[in-house]
Order: sequence, then C-alpha cells, then structure tokens
Amino acid sequence: MDAIILQILNGLDKGSAYALIALGLTLIFGTLGVVNFAHGALFMIGAFCAVTLSRILTLSRTTIDETQTDFLGNPLKVEVPYAHDFFGPVVGDALIDWAVPLAILFSIPVMLLVGFVMERGLIKHFYKRPHADQILVTFGLAIVLQEVIKYFYGANPIPTPAPDVFRGSFDFGAMVGFEANQIIYPYWRLVYFAFAALIIGAVFAFLQFTTFGMVVRAGMADRETVGLLGIDIDRRFTIMFGIAAAVAGLAGVMYAPINSPNYHMGMDFLVLSFVVVVVGGMGSLPGAVLAGFLLGILESFASMSAVIDLIPGINQVIIYLVAITILLTRPRGLMGRKGVMED
Amino acid sequence: MSKSNFTRRGVLRTGAMTAGGLALPTILTAASHSGFTNAPAGATVTLGFNVPQTGPYADEGADELRAYELAVEHLNGGGDGGMMGTFSSNALQGNGILGKKVEYVTGDTQTKSDAARASAKSMIEKDGAIMITGGSSSGVAVAVQALCQEAGVIFMAGLTHSNDTTGKDKRANGFRHFFNSYMSGAALAPVLEKMYGSDRKAYHLTADYNWGYTTEEAVKSSTEAMGWETVNTVKTPLTQTDFSSYIAPVLQSGADVLVLNHYGGNMVNSLTNAVQFGLRDKQVNGKNFEIVVPLYSRLMAKGAGANVKGIFGSTNWHWSLQDEGSKAFVKSFGTKYGFPPSQAAHTCYVQTLLYADAVERAGSFAPCAVAEALEGYEFDGLGNGKTLYRAEDHQCFKDVLVVKGKENPTSDFDLLEIVEVTPASQVTYAPDHPQFSGGALGTCNNGA
Repeated sequence: MDAIILQILNGLDKGSAYALIALGLTLIFGTLGVVNFAHGALFMIGAFCAVTLSRILTLSRTTIDETQTDFLGNPLKVEVPYAHDFFGPVVGDALIDWAVPLAILFSIPVMLLVGFVMERGLIKHFYKRPHADQILVTFGLAIVLQEVIKYFYGANPIPTPAPDVFRGSFDFGAMVGFEANQIIYPYWRLVYFAFAALIIGAVFAFLQFTTFGMVVRAGMADRETVGLLGIDIDRRFTIMFGIAAAVAGLAGVMYAPINSPNYHMGMDFLVLSFVVVVVGGMGSLPGAVLAGFLLGILESFASMSAVIDLIPGINQVIIYLVAITILLTRPRGLMGRKGVMED
Repeated sequence: MSKSNFTRRGVLRTGAMTAGGLALPTILTAASHSGFTNAPAGATVTLGFNVPQTGPYADEGADELRAYELAVEHLNGGGDGGMMGTFSSNALQGNGILGKKVEYVTGDTQTKSDAARASAKSMIEKDGAIMITGGSSSGVAVAVQALCQEAGVIFMAGLTHSNDTTGKDKRANGFRHFFNSYMSGAALAPVLEKMYGSDRKAYHLTADYNWGYTTEEAVKSSTEAMGWETVNTVKTPLTQTDFSSYIAPVLQSGADVLVLNHYGGNMVNSLTNAVQFGLRDKQVNGKNFEIVVPLYSRLMAKGAGANVKGIFGSTNWHWSLQDEGSKAFVKSFGTKYGFPPSQAAHTCYVQTLLYADAVERAGSFAPCAVAEALEGYEFDGLGNGKTLYRAEDHQCFKDVLVVKGKENPTSDFDLLEIVEVTPASQVTYAPDHPQFSGGALGTCNNGA
C-alpha cells in the first residue's frame, strides 16, 4: 500500500510537467491549428530563465585574497556578488537563494515575448502551408533554440537549487499513519504540484470566465463565424500563443530545481507531451491535463522494481502501450471531440 | 468544426519519418593505401582527435580537445614542454614525431557509436589520420576501436571506463590508459569499509548499458567480498531524466547505502534527486544513510553542485596531485587555458605522448611496430606513478584515486578532494579475470 501511495505521489509532479506542456500544446493546436514541435524548447527556455536570473543575481566583482593561492600558486581571486554591495549580505543572499521563485516574475514577460516573436516571425507564415511543413519548421526551430542555449550555457546541466526552506523532504507516510521513512516526498515537488494546479486552474478560469476567453473558445469552435461577427480572432489567437508559451515557460522555471536544466531537457519532454495530447484527445484541454497526470503516475508505477522484475523493460514502453490501448478503444483519445483532425 | 485537413495518423507518421530521416548515419566510401594505412609521406604526420563536440558530453570533449592541442604544441617543440620534461622516456625531443611535424584533424563523436565510427572513418580515409584517439563513452570507444582494428590504425582510447574496452571487446590495435570499473570497485571497497563499516545493505541504481553493467558488477563483487549485502539492483533507462520513481523505493527496501552506477547527466540528475528526497539526512538500521558514486568527473560534480559534498567515488587523476608530472601538466594547461585540466584532458594528453613516444622508440609509424613498443611498456612521470601498459590486454595499470566531494570548494574546479591513492598492486587483476573474459586481442593489423 505504501509503495502504491509513494508512486502516485511521484507521478503527480512528473504528471504536472506533462500536463502543463500538453496544455500549452493543446491551446496552440486548438486555436491556430499548428502542431508545435518547438513547445518543448519553450519549457527549456523557461528553465533557463531561472538559470539566467540566478546568474544575474550572482554577478560578481573579483577581489584578490593575498592570504590564499589558486592552483597555479597565484593569489586567489575571490568573487563578491554585486547583490551584496547593493542590498547588503543578508538581503543579497536571500535574493540569490530565492532566485527560482523570483524567476517566475522574470520569465512571464520573457516568455510572452518569445512566444510573440516565434508566432509573428515564423509560425504565422506557415498557417496556410501543409502540416508536414509546420512540423518540420517547428522541429527545426526547436533544434536551433536548443543549440543557441547550448552555445551560451554549455552542454552540462546547471544546478539551480530551490530556496533553502524547500530543500529536503518530509515524511508523508508518518503523517498518515505508516512507519517512518516509508513514504518520503521532497518539499519542492509538493510546491511544483501546487503551482501546476494553480496555473491549470488559472488558464481554465481565464478561458471560462472572461470575455476574451469566451471569444477564444468560440473561435476554437468556429473560427469563420467569429470572424464574420467582426472580431479580430487572429490577434486573440496570437495572444493565446504567447500565453501557451508562458505556461510552458513557467513549467520550466519551477522544474529547474527538480532536475538541473540542460539544453536538451525540452526534447526529453516533447515526445511524451505529444503522446499526452493524443491520449487526452486532440484539442481537449481537460483531456490534456487528465492524460498528463495519468501517464505521469503510470510511468512511476512502471519503474517500480517489482513491476520491472515481472515485465522487464516495461518502464521504457508503458506510456506507448497505454497510448496504443487507449487509441484502439477510444480512437479520439480520452476526451477528444468528434471532428477534430478527422476531416 | 476544426479547419484542419490532416489526420492524427498523418501527424504521427510524418513525425516518425522526420525523426528517422534525422537519425540516418553518414555513409562513407572506403579507400586504401599501400605499405601500412596512411604511411606519412611528406614532412608532416596527421593525428585524428575524435571527441564529442556536440551532444551531452560536449564540454568534456572540449576539455579533451584542449589537452590534445596542448600535446601537439609540446610534441612540436612549443610551450613549456609539459609532461615531456617529467616523462621517464627521453625519446621525445620536441621535433614532432620521427622528425615529422604533428598536425591534427578533429571529428565529432556526438557520443553516438555510428557517428563516432563515421567521423573516425572520415579522418582515416579522407584526412589520412595515422592514429585515432579520444571519446567520452565506452560504447563509442568499443565501436571506434573495432573500426581502427579493421582499418589498420592505432586507437588510443580517451575516457572509457567499462571493463569491456580491454575485456571482451579488446583489440590488438587498441590501447587504454584510463582505469576501469573493476579498478574503481577494488579501490573504493577498502575505503568504504573503513568509513562505513562492513555491515551495510547496498541498493544499486544502474544505467542500462554496457558501462553500467560492468560497474555494477565490479562494485557489487568488491563490496560483497568485504561483507556488504546487495539488497537490490535496478536498471534505469539511459534517457531517464527524473529518477524520483527509482529513488523513492530505496528507503523502503531497508538499504542504508545507495550506489549510483551513473555517469554524466544521469549521475547529475539521480544524485540531485536522491539528495532532494533527503536520503542523506536519514538514519536506517541505526546508521547514517550514505550515497556512493563509483566514477566521478569534475564536470559531473559541477553539474550536481552542492549535492556532491561528502560523497565518495573514484577518479583516474586529479589536478591537485603533487607529483612532478601532474604539476608540470597542470602548469602548462592552466597557463594556456586559465583553469586546471580534468581527468579526461589528462588521459587524452598522456595517450598522445605515449603514442608519439612509442613511434619514436619503434622507429616506425607502422601500427604493429607501435603496438609492440607499447606492449609491456613501463613508464613513470605522467601523473599516476609507475605505470604498466600490460601486453595481454593493452590496459594501463597504475594508482587509482579515491575522492570525495569537497565540503568547502574555493572555485568551480575545486570540487573533489583526494581521500586515498590506491596503489596499482591493489587494483591489478589477472588477464583472464571473469569480469574481463570472453574476448581476444587477435593480431595487430597494419592495414593496406
């Protein structure tokens, strides 16, 4: 029982990331009809927003410490962050420590801008082109973005820790009556899950309860009629592209402490997120979220050693097996609607 | 109604075709020469440096390339000569190799076997490289070593730690200076016993490929020999990035030590996850929970940040060593590039000098003559103390370092501290040791 609870908890944070990326993918697909293979790269850029802010906050001036020597025997160069000079050591250190949460604020304008430039500068020109072209151009863009990040940040993962108060884990098992040390869960993953739930809720509320959201939903259902009513739906869809980019970026920012960001982390998530979208039902936002959590939890279960011993290799294929099964039994995915991608 | 006019199947098919197209390996045509392969005819000789310039190990590849460039500079008489001044052999004079100026070409292994073979093949056939060296993965080393055997050139392996490189996949034209999984296990076990006692329960997470298996086997057998019990061994996919679902069950198993048989990005992520789960703050079976990383590299330690503090592992060489060879190398490398060299840089630099020296001593570039000069060769002054290139398997036997993540690092490069220098005798094994059985060197190949 405790092993099952543990894997459900584990699946939640991975599922949160899948759900957030798949949500953005579905938003873009539903509004603009573009299958955006560069969406994983947006997640990666989000994580690098956290890295960048952390680097900005730790920008340092160099002083020479005559009492110590470096590896060549020269006086040691000591780095003093400018944050100490500007805010004093206590506030300066607190800012550096809280770089990841602060990066949320930093990343929103950056991601909106990246999304806007991407849509206006490149993807816009491919709306009327065959979909194979769209996939190729967005996939190519993903590779370019990946290489740009690698050029500036190197190929190695960059450690980007969570604030001190969120490091370590708590004993969930002991809290609900199990033995100590049986179900432990890191604080930051709990934060990640709560954050994802908040973002998902906000996106749904935005679409459901605002006039803008209503117009977008109407446009998703029948773009032509909304256009005939004199509404500039294209502009709203461009804004939705920016919002989808921001959602992926925020997912990336908060993911940075879970796994040190590296330039190919977007690709690692991209393929699975597409499976999530297809399983959830193309164009269905609740489907994307549901499938994200479902596949995250299933992936966790499949990597239990008891399960691997029973079916070797299952951890590598479980998601695809489930995807095949769901598509065979429910060809439109879990919550897909009739008519989407079936013309 | 959606305005889309394509199908889900179509999208998936196009996606699969795109991915397949991108993965197509380069196909090159063969060419041959007379005498031995790529016999240098003019006043220069070309070496082929095959390192990861793109992909996850690109930074390690860049450090290897720096070391190679430094070695070429020293061989041609430039710079301060580095380890040429401390090397026990005096055959190298700083006038190139056999009087021929050393030039080099580089290839990108991408840390993929097919790409590495294609780039090595291109350097041999198009650029006339007489020797291939480099790499940052055992899969690549084994693949390129086999290619060099067929092509009739010498392969001086770079960073490759799997037992198989000089075990079941050894080749007469291939030579490895770097240490291996068995040596890591043999060096680590006594230190672990001293630090953590002989009554421990270990849980292994192992990268699901060749190097992972040999490392798991080596550490498992060395630690079991001193009384540890292995509770479980779990293979993790090489592409895994989040290890939480593998880490979480560790405490439930009753284990009090976690061994991470991971390298590169895998190690950075699994260690970060293990520390996030608070494993190191736990008490199990009345003891502190401990984590062990059998193969450390500076680049990995950098990626894992503060998480490596106090964690034991092994390494082939470290820049803080105080022997004359290491000091000379650190000085030339540090002066040229501004920071100390990594263990990958060290082994690549040393391999280049060893090759050049063997050619000088053999008086010929012919691979079989070079191989003969390297086999059973004993040397010193290259950073690991007295070293033997064993004839039976072309593996170097030398001291191995047990290191630990430093508590108070002073810079990005000062992340590990040496705990013990394990003498070569303690990590030496018989050529027919079970962990290395199943292959044969064969006969050396001079090529065309």
